[in-house]
Amino acid sequence: MADELQQALGGDRRALARMLSMIENGSISLSDILPEPPSIESNSWTTMAITGAPGVGKSVLVDALMSRWAGQGLRVALLAVDPSSPRTGGALLGDRVRMTSVDDPAINERVYVRSIATRSSSGSVPLIVEDMAAFLLACGWQYVLIETVGSGQAELRCAAVADRIVVVEGPARGDGIQAEKAGLLELADVVLVNKADLDGAERHAGELRESYALDGDEAPEVMLTSGLKNIGIEEAAHALLQLKSSGRAVRARMRERLLGRHERRLVLHPSYNTVMNRLCEGTLDIEEALLELQGENHERTG
Amino acid sequence: MDQPLRIVVAKPGLDGHDRGAKVVARALRDAGHEVIYTGLRRTSQQIVDTVRDEDARFLGLSSLSGAHAHLFPQVCEKLREAGLDDVIVFGGGIIPQEDRRALHDVGIRAVFGPGTPTAEILEFITEASGRDNAGVGQSNEWHWESSA
Repeated sequence: MADELQQALGGDRRALARMLSMIENGSISLSDILPEPPSIESNSWTTMAITGAPGVGKSVLVDALMSRWAGQGLRVALLAVDPSSPRTGGALLGDRVRMTSVDDPAINERVYVRSIATRSSSGSVPLIVEDMAAFLLACGWQYVLIETVGSGQAELRCAAVADRIVVVEGPARGDGIQAEKAGLLELADVVLVNKADLDGAERHAGELRESYALDGDEAPEVMLTSGLKNIGIEEAAHALLQLKSSGRAVRARMRERLLGRHERRLVLHPSYNTVMNRLCEGTLDIEEALLELQGENHERTG
Repeated sequence: MDQPLRIVVAKPGLDGHDRGAKVVARALRDAGHEVIYTGLRRTSQQIVDTVRDEDARFLGLSSLSGAHAHLFPQVCEKLREAGLDDVIVFGGGIIPQEDRRALHDVGIRAVFGPGTPTAEILEFITEASGRDNAGVGQSNEWHWESSA
């Protein structure tokens, strides 16, 4: 493992991939291999969550942004999350199908894409991606993007794992009232209304801007893009690199970190599977299960 | 805790039909594995890069176009060049019996034709993952005798 760690830190992609698996599986702990987590100035970012409803075009948009950034010489990694089956635990990870940047020999040395299943995590992002992102940064990747599972209005878990939150919207996503609702849109540092070539995109962007106008100076910018038709990508790529945290909802972000860490502690507990089995058999009730899993901190990944 | 196996399912070459690949991907998913699907028309190098970056334990290659005799060995060779000797490779599609020996010889551990029950592919996965020398760059003795 020590060899593989050195190889990964030295830029070997196969070693990097294997180390990421070990981190994901909980068989090594980040704190054991990276004694000092890199600290960054709060004005710049290294991890960015790309989130939004299923089908708004997140993968194609992310691919277009990565192509642009890698073309400028930046080294960009993507952790692309798809859901695990709650029934079998299996997953079909299909985000690569829509990616061209990883296949372009002119830039693919500076692009790393890793597909991730949500596994036992309940949110749109398993919390372990926080550690995987930190390891990628330690291996010389400059930016880590985290594409979440297609998610709804109240899915805020991505706030726990990323410095910045990009919410991707599509055209004709409901009437003006949708733009006024509380939730994910309140945590956005920027909103990209994608599929800008389609009817309703301009109008939806207008509704969002009107709604945000009531928030005053802290309101995020709303931009129009199309990953497929290459509309607004250059502007978005530029704006995203400079993106400042909106500073809103600090408490909500902290809450997601706390709840996420707690959940991770439960699902990584060595007795988790046994406890789940006993819950299903009915030999344990929920309160007893919680006691069992919360008792001592046996968490393997720090 | 048992970890799901990571399996890349790939379509090399100019072959636009992926019904079979999707059925296999779905069966593997339903058996609790994590399947990374590459999409159509990948080059050998793209497939090997994907296996490397995704840290896949298995690679399933599908071909219906008749190019298997050229493309499958090429993928195996590139896997070995990339140091991915322990990746277990299997194939499927329209692959005549007389072509299969050559594919086994380059390290492909199973070749499944049309009509193979998906349960058999799962049995192969279980059997192969229990062996410690079934990788594409490891001892060439063993292969799975498929029923179709």
